[in-house]
Amino acid sequence: MKKTLTIALMDPPYESENLTTAFRILNVAAGRGYDLNVFAYEGASGLAFVRQTPHPNPVHGKNVAEENHPTTKDQVAALLAEAERHGGKVDWVNCGMCVDERGVGDFVPGTRRGSPADLHALTEASDNLLVIPTK
Amino acid sequence: MAKKTLNIIESAYRAVMEEQDDTIMWLLAAMAGAGAQHTVVLRGNAVNYAVAGQGAPGLTVGDWKQTQAPKMDRDLVDLMEKRKIPVYVIEEDVAERGIDRGELVPGVKLVSRTALPGLFAEHALISHW
Repeated sequence: MKKTLTIALMDPPYESENLTTAFRILNVAAGRGYDLNVFAYEGASGLAFVRQTPHPNPVHGKNVAEENHPTTKDQVAALLAEAERHGGKVDWVNCGMCVDERGVGDFVPGTRRGSPADLHALTEASDNLLVIPTK
Repeated sequence: MAKKTLNIIESAYRAVMEEQDDTIMWLLAAMAGAGAQHTVVLRGNAVNYAVAGQGAPGLTVGDWKQTQAPKMDRDLVDLMEKRKIPVYVIEEDVAERGIDRGELVPGVKLVSRTALPGLFAEHALISHW
């Protein structure tokens, strides 16, 4: 039976390992065709910011192509595509006020602006809720 | 002559997957290129950076695959060999985690907690990360 999961994220990109864990979970769920809701709160509202840019790593002696630096915006876009490929969908909600505070209102297409009311609605419509908070 | 700085790294594996390195080790390596003189002490969970042969599979999300996952032992060796930054590990923290000394990358020096004041005295600045 198809599941609907909501995951709330708080950490900003490039600051912790929590988001790597979150993306591993989301990737597996998307591969199973689940419907996924993601509420990107506080720092996590920058995950889908489209102006993230990969950089070289002079300490590693690698140029941009060799370093192939991850960007969370690419991971978000890949997650949306993976869900669609397996018959699921992702409702990725970027907390609007969090976005405004940070000036990161330029989202990956397919994600949207929202509010705490969306988290409530998404939670009500889900089989379960997983919160991965900032510690 | 640059001020000698002792850097105690305690926060470990923080965003290393997203950054593909440790942010503090990276910072020290980059500063060494600008003439800074650093020493590193790994304490707490950060002593695990010195365990040889470690590695993490790259993250995969759908068609997106990470190809340059971090290798902390490699970066630590580079810090010592390429940047000439001495690296110490707290031997009690190594022992508490069940890490055998033979598992550590060559070049790291074990130092007891009780010997730290001596290291402090050799440096003008101490940075605790």
